[in-house]
Amino acid sequence: MKKIVLFVFFFWLIGIVIKLFSGFDSNQMVFDEILIGPNYISWLGRDDYGRNIFYRLIDGFLNSFEIIFIVTAISSFFGVLIGVISGYFGGKLDQLIRYITTLFMAFPGILLAIAFAAILSPGKFNLIFALSIGGWVSYARLARAQTALVKNLDFVKASELMGNSHINIIIKHILPSIRTPLIVDATYAIAGLIIAEASLSFIGLGLQAPMASWGGMMRDSVRFLLVSPHYALFVGLSIMSLVYCINFFGDYLNQKWNIKNNED
Amino acid sequence: MKSSLLIIFFSSFLQILGIFIVTFLILHLLPGDPIQVMLGESGSLADKVKIRAELGLDQPIYKQMANSFFQIIHGNFGNSILTGVPIKEQIVIAMKNTYILALAALFIAIIFGLSGGIIAAKYKDSLLDKMIVSSSLFFISIPHFFLGPLLMLCLSIWLGWLPISGMESSFSIVLPALTLSLGMLAIIIKMTRNCMIEIINSDIVRTARAKGLSEWSITINHIFRLVLIPLITIIGMQFGSLLSGAIITETLFSWDGLGMLLVNSIQSRDYPITQACIFIIAISYVLVNLITEVFYKIVDPRMRDT
Repeated sequence: MKKIVLFVFFFWLIGIVIKLFSGFDSNQMVFDEILIGPNYISWLGRDDYGRNIFYRLIDGFLNSFEIIFIVTAISSFFGVLIGVISGYFGGKLDQLIRYITTLFMAFPGILLAIAFAAILSPGKFNLIFALSIGGWVSYARLARAQTALVKNLDFVKASELMGNSHINIIIKHILPSIRTPLIVDATYAIAGLIIAEASLSFIGLGLQAPMASWGGMMRDSVRFLLVSPHYALFVGLSIMSLVYCINFFGDYLNQKWNIKNNED
Repeated sequence: MKSSLLIIFFSSFLQILGIFIVTFLILHLLPGDPIQVMLGESGSLADKVKIRAELGLDQPIYKQMANSFFQIIHGNFGNSILTGVPIKEQIVIAMKNTYILALAALFIAIIFGLSGGIIAAKYKDSLLDKMIVSSSLFFISIPHFFLGPLLMLCLSIWLGWLPISGMESSFSIVLPALTLSLGMLAIIIKMTRNCMIEIINSDIVRTARAKGLSEWSITINHIFRLVLIPLITIIGMQFGSLLSGAIITETLFSWDGLGMLLVNSIQSRDYPITQACIFIIAISYVLVNLITEVFYKIVDPRMRDT
């Protein structure tokens, strides 16, 4: 299993290297070869505009990861900030934050992202915004629960008695002790984001053509399922294998660090 | 027990209120003029004024909110911008279709998930068990928008057994329901198997064996009853993913449900419908969670006082 996972990660790494050194244009069209299957030049065949599917998958991968990286950075920053404040200080503020997080969790899955992406005009910035809006909640919940546990431990109490300020304690003691479960959670969240981003593009709310996106390619490929099933198969397999591998990596980290999740 | 039920009802009510406020504000907090967005570049001033008055956007925001809350309680979601038809009728039809699809998916997931999980646990570590476990892992990580085309390809294009999309024949429901259910089915298999294995080694089962009951009577009467409680929780928790999965699945298979109505309304920029769909989906999710929690308290006596 580990070998397959390494192979998939290695595959996309090679893709990025090819992109860096050859600087191909994934929008280049060859009209004689529309929807042809895999061959020597275009490894995974060509799409309905005669574009190289492999190149478009690499570009889609890079586009997705740019978005996912920014969304993860934004949502983990705000999520952890809000969660730690809520867990550390407690009281009325904590109750308010808990209410807000349960409110956000009342929107199942990507519904909230769809709502915002639908109203805002489609584009990279709005996509990032729409995905971040719901993304911070899981970080906040986990950070809150972990902080509430850690803050009663002796070394935090000792630090408090020594007269350290709250900010000092949070940065020096709390954050390092709640780091590992958050990293594992982020790994799973990234896998979820790949699917969420692709789903949004699939219903036409993500990156717009001619920019390559996995969800958009999936949507286009379904129209040609009858003529060229390889298109849909390759795109779908790419998404699925990557998501599976990231989840596997998350499981691996989880076992390695032996994390017991105690989300409330 | 009564007071804890009251707390659950109250917090669900708060959630519903919150959902209403969020969906209401989505249109209002956006940068720029929502009317301008709705009409596009070509909208004339007269149209703008007309729609503004129609939606009541010329009134102060708290009044608008109170108004629309009052309207929604009466089941009135306003009219579609494009066709002028009341949204309520469309929503009711779409809701019916989505619930039919969701229930069909739930049915498949529970029947096959439970039996798969029980078989896997009974024959633990056998080849059959390994096959069930590894295939369920496969179905957990496969997204709806790939599973759908895959099933279309296998079952309707290559084998020709089922209609590829639409809702004309009564077999049309099979493919979307399968697509929607397989993820949940895999989770139910995993949960049932782990839970069964845990219970098989417990005192209850040892006592039942000592009483001389038959293996299958133990499985059904003792083990299965204990599996039911986590099963209900899982179903309640997963119902949300069923609803959000329905958005993709319905679009894929042209199934006239809430998800497709939502996507179509987004594409045609018919925002009142978008708002109504999001509201209904979120509310259904909260209500299912509420039912799950109440049910949980009734089924499991240990939960009654917490």
